[in-house]
Amino acid sequence: MRTLYMTRRALALLLVPAALPALAREGQRGDTIRELEAVTVHGKPVKREIVPVQALGGKALERLGVYSVADAVRYFSGIQVKDYGGIGGLKTVNVRAMGSHHVGVFYDGVELGNAQNGVVDLGRFSLDNMEAIALYNGQKSTILQPAKDYASASAVYMTTRRPVIQAGKRRNVNAGLKGGSFETINPSLLWERRVNERVTASFSAEYLYTSGKYRFSYARKNGYDTTETRRNGDVSMARVELALFGRAGAGEWMAKAYYYNSARGYPGASVREEPGKFKHQDRQWDDNFFAQATWRARVGERYSLLVNGKYARDYLHYLSDPRVDVSTMYVNNRYRQREAYGSAAHLLGIRPWWHAALSNDFQFNTLDADLVHFVYPRRYSLFTAVATAVERDRFKLQASVLHTFVREKTRVTGANAGQKSIFTPSLVVAWQPFKARDLHLRGFYKRVFRMPTLNDLYYTFIGNKDLEPEYTTQYDVGLAYATGHPARLEVQVDAYYNQVENKIIAMPTSNQFRWTMLNLGQVEIRGVDVAVQGSFRAGGMELSPRLSYTYQQARDLTEPGSPWYGGQIPYIPWHAGSVILGGSSATWSWNYSFIYTGERYEAVANIPENHARPWYTHDLSLSKTFRREKHATRVTAEINNIFNQQYEVVQCYPMPGTNFKIKINILL
Amino acid sequence: MKRLFLLLAGTALLAACREEEEIIPSTGTVVTPGENAGPIAGFFLLNEGNMGSNKATLDYFDYETGVYTKNIYAERNPGVVKELGDVGNDIQVYGSKLYIVVNCSHFVEVMDARTAKHITQLSIPNCRYIVFKDRHAYISSYAGPVKIDPNARLGYVARVDTADLARPAIDTCVVGYQPEEMVIVGDKLYVANSGGYRVPDYDRTVSVIDLASFKVIQTITVGINLHRLEVDNRGYIYVSSRGDYYGTPSKTYVIDSRTDKVVDELPLLPNSNMTLRGDSLYVYSTEWSYITHRWSISYAILNTLTRKVVTRSFIKDGTEKQIRVPYGIAVHPVTGEILVTDAKDYVTPGTIYCFTPDGKKKWSEVTGDIPAHVAFTREKLEPKK
Repeated sequence: MRTLYMTRRALALLLVPAALPALAREGQRGDTIRELEAVTVHGKPVKREIVPVQALGGKALERLGVYSVADAVRYFSGIQVKDYGGIGGLKTVNVRAMGSHHVGVFYDGVELGNAQNGVVDLGRFSLDNMEAIALYNGQKSTILQPAKDYASASAVYMTTRRPVIQAGKRRNVNAGLKGGSFETINPSLLWERRVNERVTASFSAEYLYTSGKYRFSYARKNGYDTTETRRNGDVSMARVELALFGRAGAGEWMAKAYYYNSARGYPGASVREEPGKFKHQDRQWDDNFFAQATWRARVGERYSLLVNGKYARDYLHYLSDPRVDVSTMYVNNRYRQREAYGSAAHLLGIRPWWHAALSNDFQFNTLDADLVHFVYPRRYSLFTAVATAVERDRFKLQASVLHTFVREKTRVTGANAGQKSIFTPSLVVAWQPFKARDLHLRGFYKRVFRMPTLNDLYYTFIGNKDLEPEYTTQYDVGLAYATGHPARLEVQVDAYYNQVENKIIAMPTSNQFRWTMLNLGQVEIRGVDVAVQGSFRAGGMELSPRLSYTYQQARDLTEPGSPWYGGQIPYIPWHAGSVILGGSSATWSWNYSFIYTGERYEAVANIPENHARPWYTHDLSLSKTFRREKHATRVTAEINNIFNQQYEVVQCYPMPGTNFKIKINILL
Repeated sequence: MKRLFLLLAGTALLAACREEEEIIPSTGTVVTPGENAGPIAGFFLLNEGNMGSNKATLDYFDYETGVYTKNIYAERNPGVVKELGDVGNDIQVYGSKLYIVVNCSHFVEVMDARTAKHITQLSIPNCRYIVFKDRHAYISSYAGPVKIDPNARLGYVARVDTADLARPAIDTCVVGYQPEEMVIVGDKLYVANSGGYRVPDYDRTVSVIDLASFKVIQTITVGINLHRLEVDNRGYIYVSSRGDYYGTPSKTYVIDSRTDKVVDELPLLPNSNMTLRGDSLYVYSTEWSYITHRWSISYAILNTLTRKVVTRSFIKDGTEKQIRVPYGIAVHPVTGEILVTDAKDYVTPGTIYCFTPDGKKKWSEVTGDIPAHVAFTREKLEPKK
């Protein structure tokens, strides 16, 4: 216990001394890896990080009344979720308008890869066993971390629930059943137990079926008004996770296996058609597995080590069959990906106020597909990060350099892209001007790139092996202020300027049925993020309001001389915001949330034809817990999009109107 | 709590006030001084709109007033759900009607050519092009019957009686793989089969249909990935082959409709699109190569009597440098003025250029997304009522 605590303290001292009490509390529970949880769930204030970070965890997350991680991250400032509608629709996040390829997504500390197309569908991750979700701009301000944690422009960290078994108990069980609109049924089970003094285990499984059917309307003033039903949006999926958490000597470890299997329909774009005539029966099957392990240890007074390893395999099968839908052409493709990953990170205390770190990661990816002319790429990547952290007189500085080396091989000689060897830097500074005031001024600079995905490079008839990486450069200045005890108010404000260069965009070739990828785009983004959160008690209730606001001007500078030069890039609203009002009493818990996405354009030509109206939704959830001696029952009712607003996030992909859910959990 | 209710009430109010979505009005611009129109009153331009965006739009140019009007369909047909549809692939004026083939909406939109008002729609899945003869319309479609191998799915040509559009009887005649453009010579219909979905086993044939029996009577082997057809005044049919975007380049073939044999191959005439006026075949090519990852764009006029290239640049004033992706071509049958459209990056509005017969730019105007297909009309389009 004590050694653990020491490790945490070493880390904490490095960057976040003010967080020590919170961490110390954490330390008692013996789970050092969950720094994130410390940040969010147990009240470590967000401002302690020296980069902008926003997090949702514990009760606040539970109360939110949404299904997936994608739905939850919408409440962060600076984020846009591209949502194709419904539970099964693809949902990807775009942070500060740089594009979803620049967002690293980490699951329990290890990055989720998708070398094939570079984006992670956050709609697939249910909140069922999620303990916390956090968004970091730039990178986490810990320097003991894998090199890959430095390798994206921003990062979403998902942390699953860790066993917390109270003294005198052997196990925890949480059996849940959700049901509601779209003919959704979603049973889940979480089972946690202590294996011995040093090891705990958790098992989490869930199944979901939804028909994905919902009604939507399109109407024009003094014109048509139609209501249709969204079809072929059904999903049936199962997820199973098994994790072990343990302590060994001066360190601790975690190992987990994850399996996900789904079958789903693709409802497609909602365009003019004879209603109901064509079935749109495109289908996709996914089968994903990964196993990962983490080990963190402290050796002596000055040295800490963090080791990560992962193996993943992903299978995707897509079928479009004219035998069930006459309008479609036959497409039947299978894609297989494998990934092996290993990382070792070292932290050395040079002086009490000065630390240095070195991380080395290796990653191997393969992609197989039954496409004609397919070249079967294999990608070897080496990431090396050197970082240092200095802290003196309320002044903190972190500097790092990341080296990325990528080499690819293909089955066909000469079809592979050239190798890449690239250095990218980052610098983070923070200053607390007044000793007595919880005010921190901060800033960061980061330049990083994303590799072209294997699809970008090698997809038959689309890929272009001559693609260059796509770079982002970020400049951020901001402040974090906190006041009050026990009633608390925390405010974060950041202004930023980002550039995206060599942006990889799809371009049609000789006709619109044949596209290719080119490094053509250039984008300049200026924005302001505001996040406010409070917590106080009133009338026996614990209240925790949150507010976020984002202003973004994201200009497309791709083609000087074009009449659309400087236009706001597609799907980025100038104004967006959210409000969450959550509260709980002894047995009741409730939440109201509101999301606003301002006007925006669906194409870089900012003309009426491409204009999209603002949309805003209101959601409510109410939950009551009935406690008995040996068990508790929690009943939750949720209603989303209360005013039945008809809207699209992505052009031609209508979103659901008012929908309901009932949830029952039995906790043993 | 009180504050919460206030907020809820406020937002409820906000929800109630969300403005209704307006029909996007047309925009008219004088692009050139009006002139004595002669027999051709104007032309319609069909913008394809990017696949999945439901953004096919219709523009109209009037010669008498010199006004170019963008996006006329929506405001003239406010009751038609979701406007013109997804990917407008062909447009023709026939009789008093205007026909638009909407590929990914799976129908042919039929309008009154004088008002551009919706009359009916002809349901044909995955429809591509349309031609006419006497009282019939012929429409090519990819969506033929599915046999044992779903990958080997032939296309068809549909025949519709335009005299009875209220109860359209649709016959079909199965042809090759993914049939594209058609021409009619006498009593025979020729359709170019591309096989574009069967890479690398492209189709190589032109099917010949006897219109009396509506049966395929000949299948002529020509070259891979065929697309466009154009018939000259002597009955020779020009056929464009798109090549395979790798080693086999685009070229033009010639079929003699009397013998239904390939009589010539023009390897130096890469061909993305062509149009005929008199004995001049106007051709452009935007050929993409997956080997070099470059486009090669070229323009040419071919004399159909000699089958020699008369010029390699019918645009003479350097305007071609501004045209990023030529995507449509038409020549005024009377004045010989040349229309060329530029699809640019396919996701922003394109441009239409009008050139004098000697290749000087006369005017240009911004269009909808992916301007592609032009149909001249003898009847002036009436102003919107």
